[in-house]
Amino acid sequence: MSDDTFNAVANIIAEVSSIDRAKITPESHAMNDLGIDSLDFLDITFAIDKHFGIKMPLEKWMEDVNEGRASAEDFFVMKNLVGRIDELVAAKA
Amino acid sequence: MNLEYFQLIDRVESLDRAANRIQCRATVPTKSTIFEGHFPGYPLMPGVLIVESMAQTSGYLLLSLLKFERMPFLIQIQSAKLRTFVSPGEALTVRATLEHEGSGFAATKAGVEREGKPIADAELRFRTMPFPKPELQGMVRDYARSVGLPVDG
Repeated sequence: MSDDTFNAVANIIAEVSSIDRAKITPESHAMNDLGIDSLDFLDITFAIDKHFGIKMPLEKWMEDVNEGRASAEDFFVMKNLVGRIDELVAAKA
Repeated sequence: MNLEYFQLIDRVESLDRAANRIQCRATVPTKSTIFEGHFPGYPLMPGVLIVESMAQTSGYLLLSLLKFERMPFLIQIQSAKLRTFVSPGEALTVRATLEHEGSGFAATKAGVEREGKPIADAELRFRTMPFPKPELQGMVRDYARSVGLPVDG
């Protein structure tokens, strides 16, 4: 997980969802710990997509969770989310 | 426009898929039961319907870009400005541009003009998902064709 990516994502979440930046840690779960709902998460996804020039495959992730191929923590715990964003950015390069 | 049936767009005037933009024509009817209440003796096009005209214009753009495989549903009015009154009988031009296509959602910027003068603008977000019913897909496709949106290819 890149520190730069983590800080950028944490800043986006803090701004979009009006969450105290200090409460956002690599272990935070976006929904369970930070209380982000699905509509706010779309705003966050929009901002992340634009910031990094990527398209986070949210639908695929949700499908994987719903069909038991992955857990929600794999995508929505901050350190894991940031790791996946790093992968998407690397794949773009 | 047929306000009672929530049909705000009369004609798709231009569509540029490469540039992700669309322009539509929408003429406010001279008579509607809506004007009896909004407002008695001083009929005005409701602002929410002006926003809806931008949403429907954005919707046609998204339907085309998504090849009618997914249906856009308005989920968020990120911002909207209603700059002046719109009266019965006025002809409006409604434009929309795709701002971003994400995974299962899309964002547009849209605007309304009357004789080149800005009337309203908005930033809108849509959830895009497979049509919940095949009948709806067919009806949407037929209606889009009737207002001049290319539906094939």
